[in-house]
This record gives sequence, C-alpha cells and structure tokens, in this order.
Amino acid sequence: METRQLTCIGCPLGCQLTVTLEDGKEPVVAGYTCKRGEAYGKKEVTDPTRTVTSSVRVTGGEIAMASVKTRTDIPKDKIFDVMAEIRAVTIPAPVALGQVILPDAAHTGVAVIATKAVAKR
Amino acid sequence: MQQHDIVIVGGGPAGLAAAVAARKAGVQDILILERDGHLGGILNQCIHNGFGLHTFKEELTGPEYAARFIEQAMAENIPCKLNTMVMDISPDKVVTAMNREDGLFEIKARAVVLCMGCRERPRGALNIPGYRPAGIYSAGTAQRLMNIEGFSVGKEVVILGSGNIGLIMARRMTLEGAKVKVVAELMPYSGGLKRNIVQCLDDYGIPLKLSHTVVKIDGKERVTGITLAQVGPDRKPIPGTEEYYRCDTLLLSVGLLPENELTREAGIAMNRVTGGPDVSDSLETSLPGVFACGNVLHVHDLVDYVSEEAALAGRNAAAYVQAGERAAANPVPLTAKDGVRYTVPQTLDTANMNDKVVVRFRVGDVYKDRYVSVYFDGERVLHRKKNVLAPGEMEQVVLTRQQVEKYPELRQITVCTEVE
Repeated sequence: METRQLTCIGCPLGCQLTVTLEDGKEPVVAGYTCKRGEAYGKKEVTDPTRTVTSSVRVTGGEIAMASVKTRTDIPKDKIFDVMAEIRAVTIPAPVALGQVILPDAAHTGVAVIATKAVAKR
Repeated sequence: MQQHDIVIVGGGPAGLAAAVAARKAGVQDILILERDGHLGGILNQCIHNGFGLHTFKEELTGPEYAARFIEQAMAENIPCKLNTMVMDISPDKVVTAMNREDGLFEIKARAVVLCMGCRERPRGALNIPGYRPAGIYSAGTAQRLMNIEGFSVGKEVVILGSGNIGLIMARRMTLEGAKVKVVAELMPYSGGLKRNIVQCLDDYGIPLKLSHTVVKIDGKERVTGITLAQVGPDRKPIPGTEEYYRCDTLLLSVGLLPENELTREAGIAMNRVTGGPDVSDSLETSLPGVFACGNVLHVHDLVDYVSEEAALAGRNAAAYVQAGERAAANPVPLTAKDGVRYTVPQTLDTANMNDKVVVRFRVGDVYKDRYVSVYFDGERVLHRKKNVLAPGEMEQVVLTRQQVEKYPELRQITVCTEVE
C-alpha cells in the first residue's frame, strides 16, 4: 500500500489530498471537500497529464520564436521527452496559427502545433 | 487636427475588447493607438495555457486568446496605429502621440478609453542590498527574452516573489534546461494561483519558501549567488537564518503596478490602493468622457475579466459619444472595509446604473470560512459565505438596480468581510 500527498488545483482552497493506492483496487482519496477534488486525486495518481507549451526557433520571421503547444494534454512523464523534440526544431517563416510543428511528439500520438502566426521579415 | 469619436490607448486585451464593444454599440470612428509593433499586448509573450476558460469555455494560450480578439477587431475593420506612443492626454481630450511615419501629432477625441495595462515592480523599488551585476531580471522581461526574442536567460536560477509570472517562469526555465533552485516569497502566503504553484513548482520539485526574502546579491559582472533569509511577522530578516544559493540569475516577480503616467498628467483622480484611476460604475474617470479598464484600472488575475470589464468600458464610451440624455448623476461612494482592500468601481451612480453592476475587489489576507457582505448605509443587503478568500484572487459581488431602487436615500455602500 502506498499513499501520496497532493494539493488539489480545482479552486483557491487547495485541499491537501491523501491518496491511498493498493494493487488492483480503485485509489482512495481523502481530504477533499468537493467532487472535483476526488476526481483530481484519482486522475493524478492513475493518469496524470499536462499540456506542454513552449516555443520554437523561426528563421526569416519578424520575431525569433513561434509559440507552440501540444494539441491536447500528454502523459506527465513524457514532458521532458516532448521538450527535447521541441527544442530541436527550427522552422522557416511564415508560420500559421495552428500549423503542425511535430505530428507525433515523442510517440505520444499528440501533435505539437503553433499557437501564434509569425509573418516573414 | 485629426478628430476621432473614440481613441483607445493601448491594443492589448483591454483595448481590443473595448474597441470591438464600442463598434458593436454603433460607433464607427474608433482608433486604437499601440506602442508595440503588434496588437495583443502582454498576451503575446504569455505562451502558457489557461486563458479563456470563462470567455471561450476552452483553455487557450496567451497568443491564441489575443488572436481571437485581434480577429474580431479585424472583422470590424477597426483602424489602429502600431509603433505609436501616446505622450499626453489633455483635460479637453486632445491626445498627443508620436510614431516614425507621422512624427508628433494630435487627435481631438470625443471619448478616450485608457487601456495601458501595467508594469512589473522593478528591483529599484525593493531595496535589495548588494552589487548590481547582470543576471537580474523581472520575470516578465525574462519571459519576453525567452519566448519572443529567443535568448537563453540563465542556467541556475533563484526567483524572488511568487506572483504568477514568477511561477510560470520557474516552469518555463526548467523545461528549457535551467535549474530553478528556489522560489522565495516575502509574505506567509503566495500571491499566485494554486494551480500554478502545483503545476509549475510541485511538478518539478521546486521549493517554495514562504516568509523569505533576498538579503544579499553577490557577483560583480554577473550574479554569482544570492543569500536568502527568513523574515518575521514584521517582514524584517531574522539574523541567523541566512542561506546561500549559488546562481547566475535572479528573477523578480514582486507585483504589478498599473501604468498611469498619462492618467495622472491629465489630472484624473487616482486611487492609492489600486494605483489606477477612481471610476464610476460606467468605468468613467473623474474626467468626463475618459474611461478606464483592464490592468491600468486595477491588476486582474484572469484576462477573461479584463475582456469583460473592457467591453463595458467600450459600450459606455460609445454611449457617451452618442450623447444619449443622462439623468443628473447621483454618485454614491463605495467603501472597502474589514479585509476588503478596495472596490472597483469606487462610486455607483444610482440614477444611471445598469440593471446589474459588477463590483470587483481584492482582500488583504488569506481568510477561511468568511462572509463577504454588502451594506447599504447601516443595512446588510448581501451576505455570502466563502470557503476561502485570498489576496491573489479577484473577487466580485453583483449589485442590481432593483436592489438599489429600494433605498432612495442611499448615501454609502460598504463592501466588507465578516466572521459571521
């Protein structure tokens, strides 16, 4: 049996959650004061995900960087793998809003897309 | 001299929303003046997500949120002058501005909407002893350098202040390969959103030291280290608690100040708590026909509320130039008391108020299980329980015309917190 301490992000209250994990059983969340807290606690210990946002270098653009994001959230433990691929990218201007920068970031099945249009210099 | 019905000073989220709302209210002749080369303001460098949950019911990044409003302004064909700095606004609403193409020029405006936003509190305002080496940035400066200009800011980082920009930059620099050693916060609570503390610090194991401050900066050419110390309830460093951190970069995220040089020079009445102008419920300043909204009025926590407030200012500026007859004003002052630091608006014109008026405010401390109450003179008219109130989160109460009409002799509205 394993327990984990989390801070709920559902609202400013920031409830301190204790999640108990036992093999083959639903995680048990304690310390929450609303349903969102319980759901957050379960998701954080079973399938934590995040949207990664960053920026990539642009050549010939009116600004040097185009901001990007993963189109949806990705597993939390893949953040640094996705970042390594994002950091290796350089794209030529013009960049369109929503343009696919990486079709499948770090084998997550999730694309990295531009969140800003960058015109040619 | 050029003439325009409405001149909007600033093309960030407030200016864009005000312009679009004024156009939709029927005013054709609108001009946005923006000092940067792009519309969108600070959102352009806020590349993280979490914007627009209220406005668009989805989570957008800053540039995406800005793009939605820029599209609306484009669709309405609202003219704007970029790279244009407003130098002065006179009491008779002559706006003096300059840019490279037109030089110095004047515009006679029938109404002005102030949308200049805010700036970060700089190092000079903090009295941190030590040398003045390179490597000390406000968090927003570091954010611009990384996200727009493509520079690497530092490798080993200490952050003073737990405002949202500082928290966001802790994560951003970590993702770019820097080591963020600690975030120090002078107050016993963070001024940042809970979500940012968890997702920007906890996720990456970055410690947050509350009631701590920087007492020394080392390094002659470049920062080589800083010394933190714990502070007591008087916010003064406690001798013997010093800790040294080797680092090459110190980021400051120590508060935002509404940028009101133009407002002050126009002779508009200012509010000492918000740092913005005093406004009525129509968001009109003490200078008739000059309206204010967004972070120049008071610093917001969410851009969604900026857009909402700015749309109201835009509609009211439109109503002003369309010169519908208004009843003689009957301004009733709003007073903040017992934990409520300020209210916006500062007065409510009971003769001309909308059916609903949103009163925004912030509290001065973290309170649990408190009530937010509104008094009309001596009588309590609103009493709402809040599980938690925190200085980092903007709060609001809504007053209705119906409610106000029951008190024809109303002299004073008080917004306060109460234990029961």
